[in-house]
Amino acid sequence: MNKKAFQKYLITGPYLFWMVAFTIIPLCMIFYYGLTDKTGAFTLDNVLAITSLEHAKALWLSLLLSLASTAICLIMAYPLAMILKSMSVSQHSFIVFIFILPMWMNFLLRTLAWQTLLEKNGVLNTILSSLHLPKQNIINTPYAIIFGMVYNFLPFMVLPIYNVLIKIDDNVIHAARDLGANSVQTFLRVIFPLSLPGVVSGITMVFIPALTTFVISNLLGGGKIYLIGNIIEQEFTTAYNWHLGSGLSLVLMAFILINMLFTFKFDGTKGAVL
Amino acid sequence: MKLRNQKKHRKPLLLAISACTAALALLTGCNSNSEPKESLYIYNWAEYIDPEVITMFEKETGIQVSYDEFETNEIMYPVIEAGAISYDLVCPSDYMIQKMIENDLISEINFDNIPNYSNIDEAQLASAKEFDPENKYSVPYCWGTVGILYNTTMVDEVPDSWAVLWDERYKDSILMQDSVRDAFGVTLKYLGYSLNSTDETQLNEAKDLLINQRPLLQGYGVDQVRDKMIGGEAALGVIYSGEVLYCQSTNEELAYVIPKEGSNVWLDCWVIPKNAQNKENAEAFINFLCRPEIAVMNFEYITYATPNKAAKALLDAQYQENPAVFPDAAILSKCETFHYLGEEAEELYNNLWKEVRSN
Repeated sequence: MNKKAFQKYLITGPYLFWMVAFTIIPLCMIFYYGLTDKTGAFTLDNVLAITSLEHAKALWLSLLLSLASTAICLIMAYPLAMILKSMSVSQHSFIVFIFILPMWMNFLLRTLAWQTLLEKNGVLNTILSSLHLPKQNIINTPYAIIFGMVYNFLPFMVLPIYNVLIKIDDNVIHAARDLGANSVQTFLRVIFPLSLPGVVSGITMVFIPALTTFVISNLLGGGKIYLIGNIIEQEFTTAYNWHLGSGLSLVLMAFILINMLFTFKFDGTKGAVL
Repeated sequence: MKLRNQKKHRKPLLLAISACTAALALLTGCNSNSEPKESLYIYNWAEYIDPEVITMFEKETGIQVSYDEFETNEIMYPVIEAGAISYDLVCPSDYMIQKMIENDLISEINFDNIPNYSNIDEAQLASAKEFDPENKYSVPYCWGTVGILYNTTMVDEVPDSWAVLWDERYKDSILMQDSVRDAFGVTLKYLGYSLNSTDETQLNEAKDLLINQRPLLQGYGVDQVRDKMIGGEAALGVIYSGEVLYCQSTNEELAYVIPKEGSNVWLDCWVIPKNAQNKENAEAFINFLCRPEIAVMNFEYITYATPNKAAKALLDAQYQENPAVFPDAAILSKCETFHYLGEEAEELYNNLWKEVRSN
């Protein structure tokens, strides 16, 4: 019995250490900094600072842009995942490979490339003007940021949906058709409900990084678009106010928790659906 | 606050530095058994010295140099304050030197060991007095200004006033420095105030102007100002003078001007931390750097103006007469260095800047 317990610790030990060292302790530090002021006294000011105009504005803009890009990702990813499902194994694994390929390159480089594409004299505008079409001013606007978010996070939406869809037994679909459901009914009442866990994890995997990003807004917003991630980053780097930065991070964490609760709810019903 | 080490285009040389460091490490390893050598620990801005200079110094004196680099003053300060590594020689900027003097982190320099100190221009020693009142702690190394880089094909007149940054005609073609002190410094100067102002009404006035400027800007940036100006993306941008020679060498349409209202003049100096173990070697190195021919080597490598008047005399006329590198005294007299303003004022600046940025 003792030996078994020892073995158990031996196996879980590294994970336990990992979680304590890199999740629990940093999280506690964020809580400590977020709930204290410079003298170390307890205060809620850092958290309540979110209600100030400039912070609330940045949070609102972040929510808006990340929701928009999550929705666009979903609309683009779902049909793609359906197409992949209908293909033969060799075909769809090739397309999935093509989708993952850009992720082998550094995320910053790929985002910087969008700068060159969207710039005033960039690739897109050069093509447009050679076709005698009006130039588009996209760089340094919120649209450029949505572009960047969708581009960077689309694979994170496609893969979970695809993974769930591919596992749906074709017999289930055939049974639905046998029982008289037309293709729309089959989709709405069988395929879509079965794919919900994938959709939900896709939404989480796109929404959370999009909500907290500061790199994309920095590179494609020209510093003119200030998201909540930028404010937190500035508090930690140039403004040296770790307390305020941590307090605002706690607020952001609350939004992520809401998203997680939403995920859990659907994960919980997963068994029932299947 | 200041990000001035933006000379990332010299990758081959960067590689050379790494190679030097590696070779150095190898040498140190080989020598560990023989008698202890004289050593010197230097902490400098990235790509802020010709690596050949270090090799020459080592050959001449037999002193082993260990060389580390920092990215910003703010990264350097806690390292020196903690004192875990005892550097012998550091190269911070003006306001940071003031903070280090106030916090008793650096020691007085023995100028008897630096006869070449006489090569340093009195003008730079005078501006150094703003942060080191008796010139006791620091020896100027590089200096420069903040001004407007403009594209002569897009801007008709010489934009010799900061007012051009608020000119409707250049909407979407203006680039602003993405740093609190630089953005406010420029605006305060435009309003006719000191760029070290801590007066709340003056700062609020500057904030309102910066908010009005936002819709006219193409964007804020640090490295991007240089890159976008070279690429012809924007008509004008606020930039450090040290970038100008490089920008002009790749795009001949670019010109630099220091607006008539005055600007920021910055000065990076060598200082010796209190806990230095090899103070005399550090002074020997400063003396070596103050030699005119060595200062010329460094100028050609880093292209930031040298305070060494003997070295300046050795430079090509095109550099000596380039107002971007060596501006004339009349305009310099209107420029100020940044001062360390204390925690309270820094917080005020940061809060106002946040209002500007998220507006």
